[in-house]
Amino acid sequence: MTARSIRATAAAALAGALALTAAACSNPGSGPDGAGGTAKDSAVVGIAYEPDSLSPLLGYGKDGNSKIFDGLLAFDGDMNLKPALAAELPKVSANGLTYTYKLRKGVTFSDGKPFTAKDVVFTYRTILDPKTNSASKGDLDALKDVQAAGDDTVVFTLKYPYAAFAERTVLGIAPEHVAAKQDVNNGPFTTKPVGTGPYVLTNWSKGEKLSFTANEKYWGGAPKVKKFTMAIIKDDDVRATRLRSGDLDGAILPPNLAKGFKGDQGHKTYEATSYDYRLVTLPTHNKVTGDTGIRRALDTAVDRQTMVDQILEGAGKPAYGPVPTDSEWFTQGTERRHDLAAAKQILDEAGWKPGPDGIRVKNGVRATFPLWYLSGDKLRQDHALAYASDAKKAGIDVKVQAGTWEVIQPRMKTDAVLAGGGSPGDPDFDQYLLLRSTLGGDGFNNMGWYDNPAVDKALEQGRATNDKAERKAAYDTVQRELVKNPGYTFLTHIDHVYVVDDRWTGLSTQVEPHDHGLASGPWWNVEDWTPKDTEK
Amino acid sequence: MARMAGRRALFAVPVLLLVTFGVFAVATASPFDPVKAYAGTAGLTATQENLDQLHANLGVDQPLVSRWWHWLTSALTGDLGDSSVMRQPVADVITERLGWSTLLAATAFAVAVLLGTGLGILAARRPGGWLDRIVGSAAYTLEAAPVFWLGLLAIWFFALKLGVLPAGGLTDTASDTVTPGQVATHLVLPALVLGVSQLPWFYLYVRQGVADALEEDAVRGARARGLAERTVLLGHALRSGMLPMLTLLGSRVPELITGALLVETVFSWPGIAAATVQAAVSVDFPLLAALTVLATAAVLLGNLLSDLLYGLADPRVGFNG
Repeated sequence: MTARSIRATAAAALAGALALTAAACSNPGSGPDGAGGTAKDSAVVGIAYEPDSLSPLLGYGKDGNSKIFDGLLAFDGDMNLKPALAAELPKVSANGLTYTYKLRKGVTFSDGKPFTAKDVVFTYRTILDPKTNSASKGDLDALKDVQAAGDDTVVFTLKYPYAAFAERTVLGIAPEHVAAKQDVNNGPFTTKPVGTGPYVLTNWSKGEKLSFTANEKYWGGAPKVKKFTMAIIKDDDVRATRLRSGDLDGAILPPNLAKGFKGDQGHKTYEATSYDYRLVTLPTHNKVTGDTGIRRALDTAVDRQTMVDQILEGAGKPAYGPVPTDSEWFTQGTERRHDLAAAKQILDEAGWKPGPDGIRVKNGVRATFPLWYLSGDKLRQDHALAYASDAKKAGIDVKVQAGTWEVIQPRMKTDAVLAGGGSPGDPDFDQYLLLRSTLGGDGFNNMGWYDNPAVDKALEQGRATNDKAERKAAYDTVQRELVKNPGYTFLTHIDHVYVVDDRWTGLSTQVEPHDHGLASGPWWNVEDWTPKDTEK
Repeated sequence: MARMAGRRALFAVPVLLLVTFGVFAVATASPFDPVKAYAGTAGLTATQENLDQLHANLGVDQPLVSRWWHWLTSALTGDLGDSSVMRQPVADVITERLGWSTLLAATAFAVAVLLGTGLGILAARRPGGWLDRIVGSAAYTLEAAPVFWLGLLAIWFFALKLGVLPAGGLTDTASDTVTPGQVATHLVLPALVLGVSQLPWFYLYVRQGVADALEEDAVRGARARGLAERTVLLGHALRSGMLPMLTLLGSRVPELITGALLVETVFSWPGIAAATVQAAVSVDFPLLAALTVLATAAVLLGNLLSDLLYGLADPRVGFNG
């Protein structure tokens, strides 16, 4: 270290220390009248994404856990279903085609009007209406019709037996008496929602923040955190700075910025495990990626743990399929060890011999293919480059290219894509859409045109029965088939990192989806937080 | 003067028509797919059937000219249409946000003009003096500094280190009532950053203009007649020295709009600039067209204003533009 660099380091350390001291002095409450986070029963969090709409009819809260709305059912911290607006879990007919829900009594919307079966029927029928611009309609693909049987019973009829249907009924219920009177796509309800949930939206200043107050008449008991604010701060650095200044009580942060809060007395770091995966599609219509030898070799050649350590700074796990390794649906023994020698052997046996430039060749076909990633997405870029470098060592030349979805989508049939996705709740959600051969090229479903009859059969079995052991067996088959013939190289499951002021008890995280919903993060159950009694 | 304003207003009509048509044409030609933008991440698991339905519902498959004509005729009757990206009527998007952007931009503009002019005059009095040297080099540095970076720096210094000013938002983060006092304190940093980023242009123009004017014969003559320095500076030199600055006023408006975009993002300011970018990348025709009309009108007005001021300051120019 030269004298100059020592001086620079010392100066940086000093500046950092000063910043920390300043933060400690101004914390809590840097606002002029000290409103920023001083009140014990108010919480302010910083989020990176602003919702397009707060209407459940357009997709908001479809995965449950909305602050404003309740679904018939809800997920608990372990992603098990529990009754919410329904009084109990649904009764499923023997053939799996009818789901009957008894509704909770005495629930009212935040405008005081009672919640009834009519609202449930209205919500589901409106979402299915072709005139409703909801991109999440496909989630309810299995639903044929929904009917009210009296004021407190709702009956869903399905087109085909679909075991994951109950998991779909976590979506928020909209009040018919408000939402039916206006344009479903652009009406005021999309920005001024009325629901039954634990919080009532008091203000949405677009581009700035969403403000909530506790619903004192909430059927689940009035929340202890009376005021809850979500500040929309797109830039990661600004979010970290405002958290440090005491302006925010919590925020989602990229792992490298969250590191700065480690060892900080006043803050706690939460790493939420997720179903959020990154994978490389291996299209069957490409001569190289369609070759099972190549697919298996890539699966073995790729160094997942290094990606987790280097790209995710440890906040994540190696992924071997859409199901994360810590899920109960994961098939033990399907982990693939990083083994370059084995990868080379697989290629040798499959007839891919090294050419003069080290790139393998089989029957005159060079082992090379393009790999696209979404331009501007640093995380995907890092994954793609690491993947290409691992593949190169085995003699496969992956050409990494950036593009927008408009550029990538028409090429998905033959070109590889670095994609992301993942939704917890049911193993059917990801696996069916990713792997079912009939969905090849259907929008963004089955991007790699994966086609494996054994997998198709298992996928149908998995959704047709409600018997958990049978379902587990079916998804075990899928995951084992993926070892023999991987249609995708799964790379990582990404943890989402949050830093929160240590002022409450009752914080936990839920398993999170790829989608950054509003209610992800430790505030998924903010209604259950209680302020710590430390401040006198 | 009134005739010039009237002529410009007439001229603005074809310009605005052309510009809106241009927006539709460019947006149509752009590679962005409005349906994908609308669907967002949900679109990544949507079926093709679902996406096709959205395509039809959003009306994005109609030909360019008919879409533009439909927008124009509805807009003239006061119906600006619905913004697909915001899921609400365009008129609502604009009324919710435009005021805050105008407040920010106007304050920043005032800061830039007043501070820039003031410093420019002071520096011109003693070219090469300490003030001139310090402010001059600072101005060149500022010109090169990205406004985004200035914003981060300001937050770090004023909000984090000193803890005297709020780091962002329109009001205190935990509060949801908008009071003038809160808005005033929250306005300080973003307006200062935006204003300071525009300041060098005004400073440099005024400094040069006034310094040149001080060298003119008329001013020398005034000095020779023994007029007070104050009178010479304000009465003679300033009048001709300010002229180039007046032209600058109008031409800085577009810069101000683009600068506001970055400032609004950094400070979570709920203005219209951020919506503009969203509208553009989402190919949200109705919102984009309405915002473009507003921006064009702002630029035309800015130019008109600077020409009018020029005419007032220097009667020789007159109002024939």
